[in-house]
Amino acid sequence: MHKLWASTYKEFLLITRDIGGLAILFIMPILLVIVITLVQDSTFKTINDTKIPVLVVDNDKGNVSHEILENLNASNSLEIVLKASEKEVVELVLSGKYQLAIVIPKNLSDNLEKKVAENVDGILAKFGLEEENTETTKIDIPNKEIKLYFDPATQRSFKNSVKSGIDRMISKIETQTIYKAFQEQLTDDGSEAVFETESFISFKEIIPNKDNQEVIPNSTQHNIPAWTLFAIFFIVLPLSINMVKEKTQGTFVRLRTHPVSYATVLGGKTIVYVAVCLVQFAIMLVLGVYLFPTMGLPELDVSGKLPLLFVVAVFAGLAAVGLGLLLGTVAKTQEQSAPFGATLVVILAALGGVWVPVFVMPGFMQLLSNLSPMNWGLNAFYDVFLRNANFSEIIPEIGLLFLFFVVTTLISIIYNERKNAV
Amino acid sequence: MIQINKLSKKYKDADFHAVSDLDLSIDENEIFGLLGPNGAGKTTLISMLGSLIKPSSGSFSINGLTYKENKNDLKQIIGIVPQEYALYPSLTAFENLSYFGGMYGLKGNTLKQSIGSHLEILGLSKFTHKKIDSFSGGMKRRINLIASILHRPKVLFLDEPTVGVDVQSKNVIIDHLKQLNADGTTIIYTSHHLNEAEHFCTRIAIIDHGQLICQGQPKKLIEQHENAHNLEDVFLAKTGKALRDHA
Repeated sequence: MHKLWASTYKEFLLITRDIGGLAILFIMPILLVIVITLVQDSTFKTINDTKIPVLVVDNDKGNVSHEILENLNASNSLEIVLKASEKEVVELVLSGKYQLAIVIPKNLSDNLEKKVAENVDGILAKFGLEEENTETTKIDIPNKEIKLYFDPATQRSFKNSVKSGIDRMISKIETQTIYKAFQEQLTDDGSEAVFETESFISFKEIIPNKDNQEVIPNSTQHNIPAWTLFAIFFIVLPLSINMVKEKTQGTFVRLRTHPVSYATVLGGKTIVYVAVCLVQFAIMLVLGVYLFPTMGLPELDVSGKLPLLFVVAVFAGLAAVGLGLLLGTVAKTQEQSAPFGATLVVILAALGGVWVPVFVMPGFMQLLSNLSPMNWGLNAFYDVFLRNANFSEIIPEIGLLFLFFVVTTLISIIYNERKNAV
Repeated sequence: MIQINKLSKKYKDADFHAVSDLDLSIDENEIFGLLGPNGAGKTTLISMLGSLIKPSSGSFSINGLTYKENKNDLKQIIGIVPQEYALYPSLTAFENLSYFGGMYGLKGNTLKQSIGSHLEILGLSKFTHKKIDSFSGGMKRRINLIASILHRPKVLFLDEPTVGVDVQSKNVIIDHLKQLNADGTTIIYTSHHLNEAEHFCTRIAIIDHGQLICQGQPKKLIEQHENAHNLEDVFLAKTGKALRDHA
């Protein structure tokens, strides 16, 4: 026990003497989480402060274009900038100054009304409801096209969401025009409502809650756990570098002449580096609770969840330390441990769903993501933060994290014993 | 005290044995010098005796203990002073020594007193709480020695303990080693300083190409060789004047 304490104290001294390294350990995740949360915040905000400017050329100036403009304005996410010529907006979009331009064709309202009236007349004639002496003359009305110009650098997801939004809007306008045409044909009394023109089917977003505790996801609740986990796993780098340094300094060789087990040496490192992970986690929570609201970001809600959150952080820290111990045991030089460690952590983060949610990954990658300890940790954090899970519900995830720590540490000990067997 | 029987070591991919069928016996309380040119096998032999590398064949025992059967007991009675400064540069002398002493199971006042007395004897008391990275080569060499003797080992292995230090540091180190020997520690040391070995060792062995060339008391070995005025003459007579460069 005394040797474990001595080992722990030595690790504590080593890590606290490296002020630069320590600062990176704490400042790096802080910067990361602030920047990413600020960037991603708009995705999660229901009421968006930032509006994307959209160029509109209204060649129609009729009811339909009026309705389109009203709908675009009502979306709250777009800011309409009216322009007179198509040529001008094309140049502006191509130059990258605007991401989107909408060109509404000439006579759109007039032609739509005529086309619908023609179709309605045709239908009523089929049913024998057409007024007598009315001659149905077919007019050749060309199909109309609303042009959407996108900046080539625009992301596909934004394009798709704009296209589907405008598509929905046009369908609605067409439907309402059809209803209006039937109304005019079937009754002379403009005040008589023959049809209900409001949508019959609508949808409502409901977030399942537990114990009547409503949880509204926001960018903070998604980013704090994800990037904290990323930072926790970055402990792999300083830990493995510390171990490689001990080999090159000769202190590790000296230790091998002492009556102390490798497990005790690793035990000291585990205690100190898990403690560092917990400090990192606590700082991130403080950021989310106190700093984020002052930056206009959503506040992190940790009420009643702190003990479970720290339980998850301890097990995530253990898994990260296990990986660092293994890398530090196997690597012979810092040139091996540093780039490999950094790449490995980035891969595990990508697989774990830190950057892209697992559910949007291809099937094979979703399977692979189950192997990433960051995926287990992230799920455990989300369980606590967003699903109000209790301890028994996070046991599978923290169990896997602990198993990962045990396996990696055992491999380190066995590898070391075999390599240095005398 | 130390019995070495047909001890051999051949490194992986090496063309020759670093140590080959070596038989040697070292008595209790000796100061035994292992001398030889570069690549002779001195460090390999000490590393095997200090449980750092595995022999390819043969066996040895120290105070009746073998590595296979009494690993921790064996480690507890030996001390190894490596050639490199095996210390943590960012820790102070006291922190380094506390840690390595702690790994021998020392604690509390026993540990503090041991550190204090060794630092005092080796002239480092006023640097107790200074970081190692601010120390000169001679000071590091002395701390390197103290880290291996805090637990008062029965057998102390030293791999070139005075290399790269000034005369003053060398004298302090040698004097302290003599005192340790007087207090009952058997000393096995390697060195290229043949004059130092001649006066310091009670017995020496010259090894070359991993094999024992000769052994005995320095004075007697000098007397046995014609035209030899000192140990260096004996050494050159036994090992030749050809350069021993290895890559």
